[in-house]
Amino acid sequence: MTNHWVDIRNADLILAMGGNPAEAHPVGFRWVMEAKEKNDARLVVVDPRFTRTAAVADYFAEIRTGTDIAFLGGLVNYLIETDRIHHDYVREYTDASLIVGEAFGFEDGLFTGYDETEGKYETDSWNYDYDDEGNALRDPTLQHPRCVFQLMREHYSRYTLDVVSSVCGTPRDKLQRVWEMAGETAVPGRTMTILYALGWTQHSIGSQIIRTAAIIQLLLGNMGMRGGGVNALRGHSNIQGLTDLGLLSDQLPGYLTLPDDDEQAYDDYILERARPPLVPDEVSYWRHYERFHVSLMKAWYGNSATAENDWCYDWLPKLSEKLYDILHTFERMSHGEITGYFCQGFNPLAAFPHKAKVTASLSRLKYLVVIDPLRTETAEFWKNHGEYNDVDPAGIGTEVFRLPTSSFAEEDGSIVNSSRWLQWFWRAAPPPGEARPDTAILAGIFLRLQRLYREEGGAFPDPVLNLHWPYRHPEEPSPEELAREYNGWALEDIVDEERNVICRAGEQVEDYGMLRADGGTACGCWIFAGCWTEDGNQMARRDNSDPYGTGQTLGWAWSWPVNRRILYNRASARPDGTPWAENKAVVWWNGQRWVGTDVPDFPVDSDPTAQLGPFLMNQTGRGQLFARDRLAEGPFPEHYEPFETPIASNPLHPHNPLAKHNPGARVFEQDRENFGTFEEFPHAATSYRLTEHFHYWTMHNRLNAIAQPEKFVEIGESLANELGIEKGDRVRVSSKRGHIDAVAVVTKRIRPLQVAGQTVHQVGIPLHWGFLGETKKSHLTNTLTPSVGDANTQTPEYKSFLVRVDKL
Amino acid sequence: MRGGQINLQDIIARSATTVPSPQVRDGGIDPVTKLIDVSRCIGCKACQVACSEWNDLRDDVGECVGVYDNPLDLTPDSFQVMRFNEYENEQGNLEWLIRKDNCMHCAEPGCLEACPAPGAIVQYANGIVDFNSEHCIGCGYCVAGCPFDIPRISKKDSKAYKCTLCSDRVFHGLEPACVKSCPTGSIMFGTKEDMLDLAETRTNFLKSRGYENAGIYDPEGVGGTHVVYVLQHADKPEIYNDLPKDPRISPMVDAWKGVTKPLMSAAVGLAALTGFFHYVTAGPKEISAEDEEAVRADESSEEERQ
Repeated sequence: MTNHWVDIRNADLILAMGGNPAEAHPVGFRWVMEAKEKNDARLVVVDPRFTRTAAVADYFAEIRTGTDIAFLGGLVNYLIETDRIHHDYVREYTDASLIVGEAFGFEDGLFTGYDETEGKYETDSWNYDYDDEGNALRDPTLQHPRCVFQLMREHYSRYTLDVVSSVCGTPRDKLQRVWEMAGETAVPGRTMTILYALGWTQHSIGSQIIRTAAIIQLLLGNMGMRGGGVNALRGHSNIQGLTDLGLLSDQLPGYLTLPDDDEQAYDDYILERARPPLVPDEVSYWRHYERFHVSLMKAWYGNSATAENDWCYDWLPKLSEKLYDILHTFERMSHGEITGYFCQGFNPLAAFPHKAKVTASLSRLKYLVVIDPLRTETAEFWKNHGEYNDVDPAGIGTEVFRLPTSSFAEEDGSIVNSSRWLQWFWRAAPPPGEARPDTAILAGIFLRLQRLYREEGGAFPDPVLNLHWPYRHPEEPSPEELAREYNGWALEDIVDEERNVICRAGEQVEDYGMLRADGGTACGCWIFAGCWTEDGNQMARRDNSDPYGTGQTLGWAWSWPVNRRILYNRASARPDGTPWAENKAVVWWNGQRWVGTDVPDFPVDSDPTAQLGPFLMNQTGRGQLFARDRLAEGPFPEHYEPFETPIASNPLHPHNPLAKHNPGARVFEQDRENFGTFEEFPHAATSYRLTEHFHYWTMHNRLNAIAQPEKFVEIGESLANELGIEKGDRVRVSSKRGHIDAVAVVTKRIRPLQVAGQTVHQVGIPLHWGFLGETKKSHLTNTLTPSVGDANTQTPEYKSFLVRVDKL
Repeated sequence: MRGGQINLQDIIARSATTVPSPQVRDGGIDPVTKLIDVSRCIGCKACQVACSEWNDLRDDVGECVGVYDNPLDLTPDSFQVMRFNEYENEQGNLEWLIRKDNCMHCAEPGCLEACPAPGAIVQYANGIVDFNSEHCIGCGYCVAGCPFDIPRISKKDSKAYKCTLCSDRVFHGLEPACVKSCPTGSIMFGTKEDMLDLAETRTNFLKSRGYENAGIYDPEGVGGTHVVYVLQHADKPEIYNDLPKDPRISPMVDAWKGVTKPLMSAAVGLAALTGFFHYVTAGPKEISAEDEEAVRADESSEEERQ
């Protein structure tokens, strides 16, 4: 979240789209209710189904799954053409005024630079025009035909009310109403918050949907404001922490990135990432990249990391693929290219798309290690569970090891919530039986591997033999030790520009401003610097005092970065440093420094007359309406159909087959062969969670099983009538990849949509239930889903695919 | 009752009892009320689960019959259920009305009125109507007496069960478990006066949002209730899964009180007699080794204390 849970209460309008917070985040949803009651806010829900969130909404609009860019692109068009934008904010705080190079263009659904045979873009043309000193050209009047604002205006001029209604299936009057309500927050004293979750990320165009939301919030001046922002409601407890610590295949902790294989030289690696400002004097904070990187290497390799060996740069893996994501890994596994697979806190057989492919892939492994507190379907993928897992164990040679872990309530540590708060917690009970914390299991594996390398040698032993392992009990590093390491400490006295010692050797650093690129500091995750200082564990703080009554509670736990609660909060004040509106004030300039209700997201002594932009991490200092080369499928979000779509073509580009689906998406051949067509599978399906369950583990719990005991699918009354299905009937839902059987919930809450001149029915499929646990046994929902992901993140397209429904 | 700490002197009414209830403790007791604002409910069932957890109840794992409701109905092991209704309003807009259904704790409780077993149903000075299962004979008259169809007879022990409004928690100064668990503030708890104030504020809020018929459900026919709803459509309580419009104690209950009470008393006697014959024919209840163990442990700890 750019803002945080409690801040939702400061909003005037809450747009829940691409998420169902009442269903999936009922506890955090209390702040939505507070906003309604205490701030007279309106809640708008846009969703394929009338959800639990819609049940308490002020306004609901239905939408065809996977068409959110069309809906939001239409809103961009509406805001510009009806002049409902925050002009000063857009001019001063976004890149609207920057001039884009002549080489950039967009035609018939494709941006310049598309390589049809490779299925990806060459992104050189997606850039600004620069002067001789490398500074982007500007036109503050926003009139230049190639300035970002004018190009964006032209791009979205195609997203008219009629076009959007035809693509989304949302009735015109509902589109109009939602757009109007959003437009009302263009004034400084009113803000809209956007709440989204996996309903936006799990599409082949997921990243670009979120980008469109960001564009809207910039146009409305809602970024950095109280009750504003683009707010990801994270799907698992501590999944924010997972992302922060870089547990993705191309990441290092704190959003540092692994090198590509053409970055063999350390200096090239740093130069590419320590990006200079593109507008004179801007901060461009990533230019300090090397400080964070070197501190990380010192934390990992201790004295072995030296300036002479480029801080062990050669020991870092270099990626030959853009991402070694799950789809990529299971593709390779299916070809027998992977020997063993460690599966920790993860249930791929149930959670990954296209179960048949997952089963076939796991069957080709030599061994599978499952690290989990519970029995999982994955650990029993080889076992015949009748029709629900109809495999032949005799034909599967995979050896499965199960290592029981403690669960979240059986260990101390910190959980990072969606608000970016690191909250320390204490275990409620010891783990049962032989269960051990994950850290102990991983430490055990590591120490044994290290011993084998030491005793028997092997290829490339250095990174394993020299890993810095300073823990008191090497076989089980404590959460406290790990937390202190993430915060970081000084290895020698750290001095400021005036040579004053600001941190003595051995002391915990106060914040990442103290980190050094010369090896003077070690830090396991630079954005966490400040969580465990010389004053102790900041994450364990529980002071909820709120002196400004804004819900910021700076003494409650600790929020990255530097305990800041609202990102980009400099943008809550005018260029002269006074708040845009008193009721939305976050920080302001008091004549000497930046002060306020939050930790300023700005150099605290930077006088407003210096005119620094508020978006410090960006090279322009500004909010990016134009993404340049940062996304795979273009600088402006464009609507593309899901890979399985219920209509024949992309209504925006009906004659260009290359622009039907995301042109930048990666599709493996065997996955492409497994896509269905609407002739055979006519209904648009989407999968989701229910409040009563959490994925596949609460089915082991009796009370959850009682609350929702059996697999069901949701079918609108109109489709049910067509198919002769009544509520409670058993139905079979099939996709190109398999089928599931379930009870039909026939509902008024899913209505047929008029899309591109035809009627489209949507089918809702909860993802819960399986062949283990206390609930009634069932097929796994991901039997049905397609194996294709977002072009940037490779998050699978669980939210849009095609099915056929038959009565059993 | 958990803890057994509820003071018997707080009982103001007792089923099938002619002896007057204690009268002395009449100072400083405010009637309590659970306020359920249906318009804020997201149907998450946290209250339902919290109820089972606090009361140590584990119902059967049921099945899906094509609706979100589960368990489908109240049972002796489910003191409350969430009832979902898809309602198309006058403007043709869909509303998903989700009502938490449980004992209403009537000021004039039909169950207590109907109950023939002395002391099996009691009403406390704070308004809570509680089943004292020890005295329950499982006759089911409370079921017939309840205008809200709440009590359920258990097959395990042939006794009637229902929501206690967490009387055990309330007597220790805690709110009921469902109230504590509610994430959206849909369920609130306090004195009846405060809750009615709050209900009015909520009603005004709903009216300001276009629910012209928003109102408070505190039906007079049963003397008012200690569970009060705020409804978006108070003129049509029946759309909330058959919430009765004007609940009253069935006239049959009064008829029974007048005419059949002697018969019923005889039936109670008969039940005792049946028990005696059961003992004679089937013998005493077998005591398992574990039970014996427990009794011995109890006795020995008692000896230690002495």
